[in-house]
Amino acid sequence: MLRPFGMLAELTYACPLHCPYCSNPLNLADYSDELTTAEWQRVFAEARDLGVLQLHLSGGEPLVRRDLVELVACAHELGMYTNLITSGIGLTPRRAEQLRAAGLDHVQISIQADEPALSDLIAGTPSFERKITAARLVKALGWPLTLNVVLHRYNIDRIDRILELAESLEADRIELANTQYYGWAWRNRAALLPSKTQLDRAESIVRAVRQRLEGRMEIIYVIPDYYSQYPKPCMGGWGRRQLTVIPNGDVLPCPAAHILPLPRASVREHSLSWIWAESPLFQRFRGTEWMPEPCRSCERRTVDFGGCRCQAFLLTGDAARTDPVCHLSPDHWIVAEAVHRANEGKPTAPGNLIPRTFRMRRGAA
Amino acid sequence: MSGEVSLTNRPRLAQQARLVWDPVRQRHVLLAPEGVLLLNDTGAAIVGLCDGSRTIAEIIEELRRRYNRVVAEEVQHFIARLVAKRWMEIGNA
Ligand SMILES: C[S@@+](CC[C@H](N)C(=O)[O-])C[C@H]1O[C@@H](n2cnc3c(N)ncnc32)[C@H](O)[C@@H]1O
Ligand code: SF4
Ligand code: SF4
Repeated sequence: MLRPFGMLAELTYACPLHCPYCSNPLNLADYSDELTTAEWQRVFAEARDLGVLQLHLSGGEPLVRRDLVELVACAHELGMYTNLITSGIGLTPRRAEQLRAAGLDHVQISIQADEPALSDLIAGTPSFERKITAARLVKALGWPLTLNVVLHRYNIDRIDRILELAESLEADRIELANTQYYGWAWRNRAALLPSKTQLDRAESIVRAVRQRLEGRMEIIYVIPDYYSQYPKPCMGGWGRRQLTVIPNGDVLPCPAAHILPLPRASVREHSLSWIWAESPLFQRFRGTEWMPEPCRSCERRTVDFGGCRCQAFLLTGDAARTDPVCHLSPDHWIVAEAVHRANEGKPTAPGNLIPRTFRMRRGAA
Repeated sequence: MSGEVSLTNRPRLAQQARLVWDPVRQRHVLLAPEGVLLLNDTGAAIVGLCDGSRTIAEIIEELRRRYNRVVAEEVQHFIARLVAKRWMEIGNA
């Protein structure tokens, strides 16, 4: 049996920020019935038995969970490598020391830009200074520091200054990820998608800085798939290496897959191992049997697995089609049109982006 | 850093990486922020010997005491790969 290596635990969708590119679901309040501490601990133990070695704690903002230290300690005792993916908000010196003592291995802090005005505008709330303080704290406590930056039309031209900031913070790695269009980013796609000119400039800066900082800071640049010939091998293949558990206990092959019209699978009803090995959800797009043409007879089918199912669904209404990002897809014109629009016409101001908002249903906890 | 290593280097595991035994897979694995590497017995032995005190030449010598058919270039190449990934660090001191 294929065993998963990594699990993304989205502990909560609560978050003090409002990033318009947030990949979280639009209907955030539907996920308020969060797993308890004991339920998460059981899920972690089941994950370890299933083979999971790397646990990514994310959200929403994972630091909103009061039991985060306990959860880290549990995962650490199970022998998993623990990685916190955070906005940095809520990482006080006390909390950070407790997490360090609990065995947290690695911290990734996201920033929206290199300076407070734009960063706070995109985040929808004053947060830049606290992020920088949190990043310094991570280094001071001896953790390796990774900075995460989601790139889009409104910050990509500042990539040189973003890299300078990372260098001055002595980050060990920086992940520059072009926006993936799910959740709130999908809603804001027309505004967020950068132009070809912007991307070309950014990529040449990345190449130059990478060379200059070789051996000191690792620069990971996630290419914008709308501008690529081939799709990304989403999650390394459906149900092949990774799984995601979202706040209400639903298990997914990737964090965006809650949008797909497929049967749910929840740790509240089934064991993680049954869900991984046998659930209809995880079986649906595993391997290459499900593939339509042109993927079915394409030699790249075991390289990119036909791309992203969620992207196929969002763009064509059918999750079982070839990812339209692929230039061989019969639906590629949909992507080509969006790209075309991003390269002409007048871009909107960042103030027109729809911010991520979490509206609690009345009566919800 | 091109990932080149020489016999006089003294490699050690980077602070961000960890060598563990996975009872589920019955294998040694190397854990780091960006991924997981399954090791065979020799791979695990090499990583275990990379403690910053031995040179690569000494590591190869020690491996030859334990295993038949140890190819020096392969050991060097394996360590170089980990150095390139920044999972391993090298010093000469
Ligand atoms: C959803 S966030 C949750 C953790 C935390 N709130 C944060 O933002 O760092 C997880 C990671 O995904 C990144 N991210 C969010 N939306 C994204 C998108 N549409 N495309 C690519 N990465 C995205 C964030 O920058 C962050 O590094
Ligand atoms: S991407 Fe922004 S809005 Fe979304 S969870 Fe992270 S900090 Fe919150
Ligand atoms: S046709 Fe399918 S398998 Fe071939 S490159 Fe495109 S998405 Fe990948």
